[in-house]
Amino acid sequence: MKNPVQTLTKSVTVNDNPFMKPIEWLSLAVLALVLLVVLPSLLDAFRLNLVGKYLTYAFVALGLVICWGYAGILSLGQGCFFGLGGYCMAMYLKLEASSVENTKIQSTPGIPDFMDWNQITALPWFWKPFQSLPLTLILVVAVPVLFAFVISAALFKRRVGGTYFAIITQAIAAILTILIVGQQGYTGGINGITDLRTLHGWDIRTDGAHTILYFVNGGLLIGCILIAQFVKKSKLGRILVAMRDKEDRVRFSGYSVAGFKVFAFCLAAAFAAIGGAMFTLQVGFMSPSFVGIVPSIEMVIYAAVGGRMSLFGAVWGTLLVNWAKTSFSESFPDLWLFGLGALFIAVVLAFPNGLAGIWREHVEPRLTRRVKGLRAPPPAIVPHGAPAE
Amino acid sequence: MNAAILPGSVIGANPNAPEYLLAVDALTVSFDGFKAVNDVSFYVDPNEIRVIIGPNGAGKTTVLDLICGRTRASAGSIKYKGQELTKLTESAIVQAGVGRKFQTPSIYDDLTVFENLEISFPRGRSVFGALTFKRDAQVRERIHEIAETIFLKDQLLERAEFLSHGQKQWLEIGMLLIQDPELLMLDEPVAGMSVGERIKTAELLNQIIVGRSVLVIEHDMKFVEDIAHRVTVLHQGKVLSEGSMERVKNDPKVIEVYLGH
Repeated sequence: MKNPVQTLTKSVTVNDNPFMKPIEWLSLAVLALVLLVVLPSLLDAFRLNLVGKYLTYAFVALGLVICWGYAGILSLGQGCFFGLGGYCMAMYLKLEASSVENTKIQSTPGIPDFMDWNQITALPWFWKPFQSLPLTLILVVAVPVLFAFVISAALFKRRVGGTYFAIITQAIAAILTILIVGQQGYTGGINGITDLRTLHGWDIRTDGAHTILYFVNGGLLIGCILIAQFVKKSKLGRILVAMRDKEDRVRFSGYSVAGFKVFAFCLAAAFAAIGGAMFTLQVGFMSPSFVGIVPSIEMVIYAAVGGRMSLFGAVWGTLLVNWAKTSFSESFPDLWLFGLGALFIAVVLAFPNGLAGIWREHVEPRLTRRVKGLRAPPPAIVPHGAPAE
Repeated sequence: MNAAILPGSVIGANPNAPEYLLAVDALTVSFDGFKAVNDVSFYVDPNEIRVIIGPNGAGKTTVLDLICGRTRASAGSIKYKGQELTKLTESAIVQAGVGRKFQTPSIYDDLTVFENLEISFPRGRSVFGALTFKRDAQVRERIHEIAETIFLKDQLLERAEFLSHGQKQWLEIGMLLIQDPELLMLDEPVAGMSVGERIKTAELLNQIIVGRSVLVIEHDMKFVEDIAHRVTVLHQGKVLSEGSMERVKNDPKVIEVYLGH
């Protein structure tokens, strides 16, 4: 910090690309502190479980930061992947809850109750893998990612992008909902998969289990933030930004653009799937109402409110919007959706970078000035563009 | 150096080793029946600066689009070092050693000059490669070297959006240079530049020509005279004239359709 020129050359030649800047480490520490210490100690089991449910959406918002914020791929169908992850987990839990002993009053004992009601007499083939927990844990991520891969590879290889892609993802969300609702015997229909009890013999319905699941969820979320941070910091992250700006320039720099888009979309799907599975575990059921168009758009709003370029913003945005949703929809159930719509429009128009943007433009400079004011003497002028130390 | 990064182009393995770096033969493309490029043939030697001139709508940019794979040819062939380009994907063409600059500066506004150059560095072009790409000393040195060549060494950490128009053009040329292409295609590299910037660009082109061929589209005749080894004149999708600047300038057909006004 003694000589600006020296700082400049040094920052170019030595470590100009650290995994996380100090401010980012600080943001992570604050988030971890709030999620893993402050909230658990302040909230009762019921409220904590509610926050845990909100946080499962944060996985989706996190994926949207990479996919939409960085790569510029707006997906209005993230509910598909959230739902598929959730359904995979629910199928395992349902099979465990449908032991022969528990279902002996059915005409075919040992299969889920809704199958029995729909005159299905044997477990369908695609349910069979979910009898195994390790296989389920793999499929929770693999099924949605494979689905995302097929969709995105088909579309991006044909250079379908932008609005068209968004509309198609929305259509897929609608189709998947209709499919799940229509195939009641195989999926539980409109009610979804309910009455889930144990995970490998461990009762997930107790307050104690909810608390443990909350911490698992928090830990997974922080893990996903770190993965997203790694992607963002890698050259791949910069290629995503470059692609969003000038797709052709990236293509004519020797990259297969479609491959990178597929990666971003699949990563977002994987995050959403983990969120979905954690949702099922914490809330105790999965239904088509978390798959369709409305939840998919709500998830985009979480990312927009938090700031679509900010990993931490996505988490805070999700918490804030869901907290608002719970508070307002209790008092004004009819007005809530209008409020949500208005919030989205307001954010897009006034704060395109969401909460994170407000923080970066208004709060952070003030904090920095405060902190610098305490330190004497004031540091030399940092050359424009040099990374903050 | 080039051979090392171009696994697809093993000249030694080819019995009919080409003498031309680029051979465009009877190239035709039609858009809904309109032939934007009609039976165009020309040949570019190694280490040659070839300039394509012609009035608006002559098909100059389309020719570059065809070579780099952005537009698919309806008929004809484009051979680069004996390798047929018309069937390759855009990224494979780049990896074979063809670099292309667009007409308007096409750079990444949200990234720094350093990062712009880094993305063009020919390593880690697969998804996995990009994830594990390390910004090592070799990358840094090369970026610094290129930045020096394109007069941007003091702007490395600046966001590209804040560069002047001329600097953006240079940056894009630099992004191509770092790929070390054997054939460099530039679409109007001095359009919108000041006189001083034009002189510097001509100097830059003469400096980077070593070891590669350059195909330039340009309207500025003074600039063309400064740099061109040979000139190809296109008119209504066809080659009207070809040869040295001197010859082309005195060709009555060229004077009539292009230089006359």
